[in-house]
Amino acid sequence: MTIAYDYKTRTSYTDGAAAQKAAHKVLLQHPFEPSLPERGYTNRTLHIDLSTLTVTEKAVTQQMKDIFVGGRGFGLWYLWQAIKPTTKWNDPENDIVISPGPLAGNTQYAGSGKSLVVTLSPLTSIPVDSNVGGYFGPLLKFCGYDALEIQGKAARDVVVLIDGPKKTITIEEAPEENPDSHVAAEIFTHQYAENDKDFVNVGVVSAGKGADHARIGCLNFSWFDPKRGAVRLKQAGRGGIGLVFRDKKIKALVVHGPKLKANMNNAVNFERTSKVGRKLAKEIHDFDDQQCKMRSIGTAHLVEVMDAYDLLPVHNFQYGKHKDIDKIHSTVWQKRFTQGIFDGCWYGCHMACAKGADCHKVMTGPYKGHIVTVDGPEYETAAGLGSNCGIFDPDWILESNFYCDTYGVDTISFGTCCAFAMECFQRGILNLERTDGLDLTWGNGASHVELLHQMARGEGFGLLVGQGVKYMQEHFAGKGWGDLQFMRDIGMQVKGMEYSQYQSKESLAQQGGYALTNKGPQHDEAWLIFMDMVNNQIPTFEDKAEALHYFPLFRTWFGLMGLCKLPWNDIEPADNAKHGKDAAKVPEHVQNYLELYAGITGKEMTNEELILQSEAVYNFQRVFNLRMGMGGRKSDWPPYRSMGPVTKEEYESRAERYDKQLKELIGVDPEGKSTEEKMALHRKWREDRYNKLCDAVYARRGWSNNAIPTLETLKKFKIDFPEVVEVVRPHLG
Amino acid sequence: MITVNNDPMDWRDGMTVADILKARNYIFRMIAVQVNGELVPRGTYDRTAVPDGADVQVIHMISGG
Repeated sequence: MTIAYDYKTRTSYTDGAAAQKAAHKVLLQHPFEPSLPERGYTNRTLHIDLSTLTVTEKAVTQQMKDIFVGGRGFGLWYLWQAIKPTTKWNDPENDIVISPGPLAGNTQYAGSGKSLVVTLSPLTSIPVDSNVGGYFGPLLKFCGYDALEIQGKAARDVVVLIDGPKKTITIEEAPEENPDSHVAAEIFTHQYAENDKDFVNVGVVSAGKGADHARIGCLNFSWFDPKRGAVRLKQAGRGGIGLVFRDKKIKALVVHGPKLKANMNNAVNFERTSKVGRKLAKEIHDFDDQQCKMRSIGTAHLVEVMDAYDLLPVHNFQYGKHKDIDKIHSTVWQKRFTQGIFDGCWYGCHMACAKGADCHKVMTGPYKGHIVTVDGPEYETAAGLGSNCGIFDPDWILESNFYCDTYGVDTISFGTCCAFAMECFQRGILNLERTDGLDLTWGNGASHVELLHQMARGEGFGLLVGQGVKYMQEHFAGKGWGDLQFMRDIGMQVKGMEYSQYQSKESLAQQGGYALTNKGPQHDEAWLIFMDMVNNQIPTFEDKAEALHYFPLFRTWFGLMGLCKLPWNDIEPADNAKHGKDAAKVPEHVQNYLELYAGITGKEMTNEELILQSEAVYNFQRVFNLRMGMGGRKSDWPPYRSMGPVTKEEYESRAERYDKQLKELIGVDPEGKSTEEKMALHRKWREDRYNKLCDAVYARRGWSNNAIPTLETLKKFKIDFPEVVEVVRPHLG
Repeated sequence: MITVNNDPMDWRDGMTVADILKARNYIFRMIAVQVNGELVPRGTYDRTAVPDGADVQVIHMISGG
């Protein structure tokens, strides 16, 4: 394929890197003995306290492996021990845990380079877990650690370096480097690699200036893209981890790992892992172009699909489609993404969906005129920064994508926050005076990006938007600008976290898929819209509850292992359709994962045992929420906009559908009724259905009617530790 | 009359699977179609006739998210 532009052209930031490094002041240098994993585990973890400048190692016990497995499980277990029920996100004892999981770092099976980040979230005040690509996690493991914990706070900005080849862990004050991630990741990669060929062995975690101020701050994990000669970024986006990171005065975490070789996990049966990996690679090669086109478009292939099924969030989730969809159609992104380059965010990932839009000339802000590679947009970003804010201009979407990433701001939360603010502007809750002169009319890309610049400067209305939807709801109501209940109806957050970018109004199962989650409404637990709304294959409450048992637990398993979800079901075997209604589970790929797990760890496991592994951690996280003061049925209640039409315009945009439902499902003749009367009938019916769904799901999950795991459930999963039982018992009556 | 994913849909003479997908705007590529319980091979949708009264299931693989 011919590329009509020079995709290697971009602004460089390394000119002053050596001088900046010379300004570092070493606070601590700690020797360590690197080691490689055995059967996927190194059997030790690293703890760093930035307040006391101490470095310690912890042994990974067999009990930890048996119950918490790795990744998200290790993160939750360590966080539980690190904090108290009274701990706030910005207390020094809050922990940031990064753990790659036992299958992470294998290069045989696509999607095996993930790290899980766990901390106490500034958005939700409960634990958050975020799944991220990039090289840091696998390289950390190949230096000898199954997890890294960071507690305490540094006095001034620091870089923490784990250098395997040099056998040292160093904490250095780093006063001069620009923290914005597209700059910081490049500079630190150059500073700590031995030479150009060594760039691939360096992984950097950073968060930009936006994360200094925004509760929706994220982390960027780097990986070096040799073909482009560029340092690329993937995000641990959800839950405000970036704000915790910057509050600890961490400018960067850097790992310098050993040169990569095959089988660094020391798999028990390497050929077994290779065989199953080759099988998947062939499927991707043979079928991806006819299926999701992940290799050429990434997840942005979903943009027009969601529009066609009335699921695309438009204007703060009011509507599900838009007439200008062609302007952000996947073919538009395909042209923006440089084609013919291997875009895998870890070795061996043939899915290669980490697309890059090269040669974006920055239009605004401190990097105006710079030429940059924008990582993405993925579907969530295109929908969140695009359609949900009425922005159908790819240049503005790329601009805000770039600034979100480099400033360390989660594109999903930012999109949902802006969409909320824009609807408030539409409805007169906000006006030019209240937004400091920013015109938040739907589609205003320039104002959208200006919000990000303000967030990075820690000033203006942008700073307010960066505190999240929940904060804005209460702030606007406190000022007397709008009705709190109305803002709660239209503000798309549960537990304090913003919704990701799917319409759930017509799928009861997805309403639960979002609001019944542990950490907040992120689609990585359950995406059931097609099964429910389109296929109509889970019609009863019990059917939906079964799906809301299996899929969240199956997906939790990826987070325990250090795996990516996408190779599970964004590619399918040629004969997957033979499984009929079970095809959504992609049974052959489930078997692949069991093979991979057995091949690396030596443990044979059934599908049922896989679900049980997840279930222990999932229940533990639910109890953890309770320990932090959030839990019970009320915390699972969604905003009404996720359930049904809040406004007349929404009702009337789907009047035919809603009137039909009134007649056929609710048993009321809509003839002669006002829209307001019909909306009230719908609301009662929809809220009642949601309550019945909760009843069914809680029963299926082994929880009380108030969403509390019962003592029997804790015992079943061997998490009935005294301190866990102590949390639960008062709530069980 | 036929049913598509358990919803009624008007039937007409000569109707094919491809006609149903078009009418329903089912553009997602990862689907499995069954007519009266029989799997319809991909690539044959435009020449597979759907009889009156048929039970048509268009299973969308989960994807998304």
